[in-house]
Amino acid sequence: MKSAAQIAREVQSGATSASVELEASLAAVRARNEELNVFLHVDEEGARAAASRIDDRVARGETVGPLAGVPIAIKDNLCQAGIPTTCSSRILEGWRPPYNATVIDRLVEAGAVPVGKTNLDEFAMGSSTENSAFGPTRNPLDITRVPGGSSGGSAAAVAADMTPIALGSDTGGSIRQPAALCGLVGVKPSYGLVSRYGLIAFASSLDQIGPLSKTVLDSAILLEVIAGHDPMDSTSLPEPSPSLVAHVDDGVAGKRVALVRELVEGADPDVVASVERATVALKDAGATIIELSIPEFRLGLSAYYLIAPAEASSNLARFDGVRYGLRVDADDVTAMMEATRTAGFGAEVKRRIMLGTYALSAGYFDAYYGQALKVRTQMIDAFHRAYQQADLLIGATAPSVAFEFGAKTSNPMAMYLSDVFTIPTNLAGEAAVSVPFGTGEAGLPIGVQLLGPGRSEAQLLAAARVLEIADGRP
Amino acid sequence: MGSPLRREDVAYVAKLARLTLSDAELDMFTEQLGQVLAHAEDMGALNLENVVATAHPFGLINVVRDDIVRPSLEREVVLAMAPDARDGRFAVPRIMGEAP
Repeated sequence: MKSAAQIAREVQSGATSASVELEASLAAVRARNEELNVFLHVDEEGARAAASRIDDRVARGETVGPLAGVPIAIKDNLCQAGIPTTCSSRILEGWRPPYNATVIDRLVEAGAVPVGKTNLDEFAMGSSTENSAFGPTRNPLDITRVPGGSSGGSAAAVAADMTPIALGSDTGGSIRQPAALCGLVGVKPSYGLVSRYGLIAFASSLDQIGPLSKTVLDSAILLEVIAGHDPMDSTSLPEPSPSLVAHVDDGVAGKRVALVRELVEGADPDVVASVERATVALKDAGATIIELSIPEFRLGLSAYYLIAPAEASSNLARFDGVRYGLRVDADDVTAMMEATRTAGFGAEVKRRIMLGTYALSAGYFDAYYGQALKVRTQMIDAFHRAYQQADLLIGATAPSVAFEFGAKTSNPMAMYLSDVFTIPTNLAGEAAVSVPFGTGEAGLPIGVQLLGPGRSEAQLLAAARVLEIADGRP
Repeated sequence: MGSPLRREDVAYVAKLARLTLSDAELDMFTEQLGQVLAHAEDMGALNLENVVATAHPFGLINVVRDDIVRPSLEREVVLAMAPDARDGRFAVPRIMGEAP
């Protein structure tokens, strides 16, 4: 499939049309969606109308934006007006939002064509997309394995050449880990870089929307389109979107890169080998390599699995059968709410709501939630110390290549460990990119993770581009 | 940190969170949540008495905007999403008990 950059260029020049590219995308969806369970809803009518509008504008000689005519897949926790939005949960089945997320408005303004809504772990809670109420998504590279999660549907859409780019959301690794498992580039932007308005909240102090794509350039284009201040999100950074595309080929000459021991600890040998070869590639491109140990990273998982559920237990209190979504009738209002939530939420969501409720409850608050917030402070301080010695950090994105269905479903702790290398970035509100580098077991892709301080996306994408070239994708 | 999670703790938390659990679910969640809390014991061992807590990566400050009137969602549009609405309001089952 063509890259987003190529489609936009050709649509603007008249070499192709948005409608032709959309039909190719829809044909790819029809060919494999039943097998892979990628899209929960395909908006053929809306997408065709959007594509014709682009083609009309090109015919009138207008400039149509950096994503002109580019089909894009949208994770189904992002609100799109009039389009079913479920979070892969029974509790929102059939709900149609009355407004667009800010990122949707920005995509449309840039000429993109949203094709449909992709499967996810229910409310973005999971690392395999097996927690969806509408069945798991299969990894297009090996259908016996998971695509990762929670943005597994968005990753699979791009890996299966249904769309060149997709939007995901990343609370503890939900963009980077599926990107790694599906052989894609995925970016977790700095907290506040992308507006969360219209992203159905899981853990508000950790959530960020970001891009998935086959190429580094496409992620740069997409991120540049969706980033920038939004008055509708009070946590949105005050400045406009950064310049990313212009810096993609800046390279890493003179940069200090730290290989972090705790970001490869416990990973499979094939993953560790890829990370080591990636550091050599960065060195060959002119970077200085050092090794660092950041012991605080070992506490990330514990802190995250108290902080994220605590925020989720509060955010998901709004699903009570009163204003939208499912209602299970009962004699009085409390019984109705309890019956609705019991029927509407899946096991993992219940697990996290109860964990969060426990961590926040009287008598346990200081010991669990309070302690986790202090560990969060230590994590932020540890990152700051590391960035005095290095411009970028490098490690693995996930401990292994894509795993088989059912491998971790009976043991939540084993599933949670999939995010052990991605969680520190979310806790600190900083930025990270996963880029494919080499293959491992069964020829499956391995993701290398590059981490940087807040607002370092341009530098991270430039480093990812160096690895992309070194891995044979010029 | 705390003592091991008990079945009655999970039952209490489920009640607070407005969730009904079967006996089998109570057993399963007690074991699974217990494992997550046991993993968190690595934090309990730390002396963090003098560390300030961080609830938000950037330390939230109040963001204010000019007080400009702009359109919001139409009431009919919002009520159309509700499972039950009457007389321009969300409708729910009985809240108060019968009069004594």
